[in-house]
Amino acid sequence: MKRGLTAGLFFVVLIGVWHYAYEAKIWSPVLVPSPESVGRYLWDITGDGTLWSSTVVTMKRLLAGYLIGLVAGIPLGFLTARVQALRDTVGVLALGLQGLPSVCWVPLALLWFGQTEGAMLFVVVMGTLWSVILATETGVRNVNPIYIRAAHTMGSHGVHTWATVMLPASLPFIVSGMKQGWAFAWRSLMAAEIYVTILTGFGLGHLLHYGRELNAMEQVVAVMLVIVLIGLLADKALFSPWEKFLHRRWGTGK
Amino acid sequence: MTIEQEVTAPPPAKLSINQVSKTFRTKRGIVHALDQASLQVAEGEFVCLVGPSGCGKSTLLNLIAGLEQPDEGTISADGVTVRQPGRERMMMFQESALFPWLDALGNVLFGLRLKPGLSKGERLEVARYYLKLVGLEKFQHANLHELSGGMRQRVALGRALAPNPRMLLMDEPFAALDALTREQLYGDLQRIWEQRKVTIVFVTHNVREAACLGDRVVLFSPHPGRIREEFKINLPRPRDINSVALAGYATRIRSALKAHMQDAEVAG
Repeated sequence: MKRGLTAGLFFVVLIGVWHYAYEAKIWSPVLVPSPESVGRYLWDITGDGTLWSSTVVTMKRLLAGYLIGLVAGIPLGFLTARVQALRDTVGVLALGLQGLPSVCWVPLALLWFGQTEGAMLFVVVMGTLWSVILATETGVRNVNPIYIRAAHTMGSHGVHTWATVMLPASLPFIVSGMKQGWAFAWRSLMAAEIYVTILTGFGLGHLLHYGRELNAMEQVVAVMLVIVLIGLLADKALFSPWEKFLHRRWGTGK
Repeated sequence: MTIEQEVTAPPPAKLSINQVSKTFRTKRGIVHALDQASLQVAEGEFVCLVGPSGCGKSTLLNLIAGLEQPDEGTISADGVTVRQPGRERMMMFQESALFPWLDALGNVLFGLRLKPGLSKGERLEVARYYLKLVGLEKFQHANLHELSGGMRQRVALGRALAPNPRMLLMDEPFAALDALTREQLYGDLQRIWEQRKVTIVFVTHNVREAACLGDRVVLFSPHPGRIREEFKINLPRPRDINSVALAGYATRIRSALKAHMQDAEVAG
């Protein structure tokens, strides 16, 4: 309760400072819009459904690509951890490509897929996949071998050991990889949406882009705010439960 | 099957180890972990394997568990050759090999989930029975990091006992605990053993611990790992680790151990 109050107060003060900075006319109103105009713009796009529809378009792309990245990345991570030949090939590839800023996939995706949903999906998958593979691999390789021996003595074998021992034991690593993959995917999708107009769906990135084209600073700032809020909400909704579970069981963090 | 039947101790197993050798290839060359070891363990006997590190006592335990295979010789439990791990022989490990992603009850349930013929409710009841046996009935939903080292090893003992094995293999289970906690667990282990009469093979490098717990203490020497000597401990139970009679046994075993170490050095 007290922490919520502190946070609330902080943001109220922040908006207050913003308001008075605007009133003092330190900067041109074209460059720094008033909080009121940003609020009005947000109210308008909420009212006419633009905010909702573009958020849905963006989230659909993000979630689809992210899920594909997870479904492919976790098993691949398991395999690279266990098979030396895969570690020397796929593992090295993953390490290299994870270091590539995921925005760099955008030009390639455009040439390969044209201005289609396929290009968007590809960029998001590339953002997610490599982080998830690497984190899973590290997680599996860090599983204490004594867990596996203990499981064997209790009659666990093969798939059962993978599902009930290897997977949960490497969960702390996998979750942090999932988080990193999410962040990379989110960033690269925004970049793709800003640079590429795709007629099949008008996402948040496009909204931001048109704000710039129209010199509508309140639109730019408002969309940025929405993007920040979605990031925060995703963190709370997607990862907080996992992290709470990890902290409770492993006794790490606070 | 009723829960009473399920948690009733089965007849203990007999163990026969014949001329078993095991070598490992490491970066520094071939290590003769175990050389021509033979040992018979009777039904319900408590045998302690003692020796310095590298003497092959843990290797032998892994072989008995079926986690590894001997290069030569055979190991049989109740006349059946051991080829893989089995529920009749449960192992309890040195460092806590408990699963941190499960609570205390979840850990005890792990092995029970793999045991056929039990309903969900029965498994829960059996798991609670064993948590109670090790004195942790109030901590079934505790996370492992909330438990002390001694309590964690009690959970590990409960987990090992839960599938109702006929033999318990213990690999230095108390090595990481403080002396006071250890003494308490010596008492608990002896009580549980008296109650259930399961066959126990217990590995330790602590001579006094071996004399306190074992019906018999088997002495190993390293490089190559060999069985050297056996001591029968004729003391009434429950035994107190601090008793004078026990100290006498420990002194004798320790001096024998030193003599064998010197022999091994001269030979090596």
